[in-house]
Amino acid sequence: MSELTLLLIRLAFLALLWFFVIAAVGVIRTDLFGPRTAPAPARKPAKAPKPVSKPKRGEPRQMVVTGGPLQGTVINLTETPITIGRATDATLVLTDDYASSRHARLFPQDGQWIVEDLGSTNGTYLDRSKVTRPTPVPLGVPIRIGKTVIELRK
Amino acid sequence: MTAKRRGAQLAMLAFAVLIVMGAYASVGLGIDGQIPAGMLTYGLGLGALMLAAYLVLAKWAPWADPLLLPLVTLVNGIGLVMIYRIEQTGQDGASATTQLMWTALGVVMFSATLIVLKDHRALQRLTYTAGFAGLALLLLPLLPFIGREINGARIWVGVGRFSIQPSEFAKILLVVFFAGYLVAKRDVLALAGRRLLFIDLPRARDLGPVLITWAVSLGVLVMQKDLGSSLLLFGAFIAMLYVATQRTSWVLIGILLFVGGAVLAGQVFSHVEARFDGWLNASSPEMYDREFGSTYQLMQGLFAIGSGGILGTGLGQGHPRQIPLSFSDFIFSATGEELGLTGLMAILMVYALIVERGLRTSLAARDPFSKLLAGGLSFILAWQVFIIVGGVTRLIPLTGLVTPFMSAGGSALLANWMLIALLVRMSDAARKPPPQAIQDEGLTQVMQR
Repeated sequence: MSELTLLLIRLAFLALLWFFVIAAVGVIRTDLFGPRTAPAPARKPAKAPKPVSKPKRGEPRQMVVTGGPLQGTVINLTETPITIGRATDATLVLTDDYASSRHARLFPQDGQWIVEDLGSTNGTYLDRSKVTRPTPVPLGVPIRIGKTVIELRK
Repeated sequence: MTAKRRGAQLAMLAFAVLIVMGAYASVGLGIDGQIPAGMLTYGLGLGALMLAAYLVLAKWAPWADPLLLPLVTLVNGIGLVMIYRIEQTGQDGASATTQLMWTALGVVMFSATLIVLKDHRALQRLTYTAGFAGLALLLLPLLPFIGREINGARIWVGVGRFSIQPSEFAKILLVVFFAGYLVAKRDVLALAGRRLLFIDLPRARDLGPVLITWAVSLGVLVMQKDLGSSLLLFGAFIAMLYVATQRTSWVLIGILLFVGGAVLAGQVFSHVEARFDGWLNASSPEMYDREFGSTYQLMQGLFAIGSGGILGTGLGQGHPRQIPLSFSDFIFSATGEELGLTGLMAILMVYALIVERGLRTSLAARDPFSKLLAGGLSFILAWQVFIIVGGVTRLIPLTGLVTPFMSAGGSALLANWMLIALLVRMSDAARKPPPQAIQDEGLTQVMQR
């Protein structure tokens, strides 16, 4: 085995090692920068766009927790309703003495997201006003549940 | 977030096994110019093991993070190759076959944890049980008859020829305990207290748990002569306390307590003092030549890393035999000689990515217990790498911790595979899409899980 071959093997192995690291970063790239397009519609080209669920401009895509112990949590919005409360089967589980076990629900309707209080003890607030009946949630307006603050974002 | 990325996972797994086989071939070519006979059996053995782990993961945790398993496979494989390589030099105690067997047991533990533990939140109910079990395991080596002292540290439990290191398992149980405890108590720890200058001081009576952990970790340091576990335990507690309460004062209090305790212990107990001496004056001739507690091993490790330089000597062409115990505590130095700075950085990047996936899981988790548990487990992995790499590169005093997944040693390998299984379980729960409502009228919903 000549010196040169061994040198080449050595360099090739180090390159392979780094290539693995770069490939691994490539796999999580979407985690770091977010998907470029919405994943579901991108699969099927726009042959028959669904009339109802077409993501319109200005429609929220994410629910972000902006305050409280769970700050930083992001939940992607789909067609399914989101429940919030202390119950372990809630979509967003709070450990907050001021939250009820089934505190509030967010659900989509006609391209809007609606917040509904599920009879909680301490109430749900949209901006400053208490939610007494299902109310549409505009983008970026804080929903307050106990110590937790939630916003819808694009 | 919603994609399973199973294909990417399988491809990365195959890539990792390929790199490991390449490393075997490279070792053989470096030593005697031939591809070693064991390459196929070792490579295929590792490949088969990881395929089994992958299948278990695909069945029982389909939404799990796609990168954790391939990344761990790579470091475990590089460790196997290095141990095989050191075995070739004839150093006593290095055995690649034993390590491969332990890896197999590790994969069995990984699978068992995933299959048995369907929902990691069940662990929250076992908070105090885990705490007591962890403490018991930690203190087990102090018992007469079964406790053993090997190389100056009393951290082994043995029956006959078989011996294990219970502190490796204790660390996982204690992180479970810390997570459960802090979920219950964090409001008290975070909110009550007075503000002094720019930090919030906690109330005196809330200091209790911190003081107890401090005392236990110092006890480990003094009685078992195990600086590594002591540092690991206390660091994990302080980090999780910080994550739970977001208060800097706890970190400051923790660091002050530990440094104070360690300095005090250094003055009172000779073996702790020797460690500090060896760290500060490692290159002095008296320390290097001393019969007991010499820095010979540390300095040989540093020379090895130095002679590796930027690109290393190449696999199979270094002199790992010059470092005592190069297959366990000093595997990082031996690897550094043969792969150089470039290779070490790549390996550290792989560790960093494992930890990043763990912290990402913690961010994505939907309940506080999972957040703290995932954060704590990732932290102890990172902290362990820091302590041992810092030790062999003389950044901090050398401690006898293993390099996770690389060093020879069964207990650590099993415990770390269980740790990864827990992270996989939690990432599965965090990435799974929320349950679908079948019927959506009124207040009661029927959910499809």
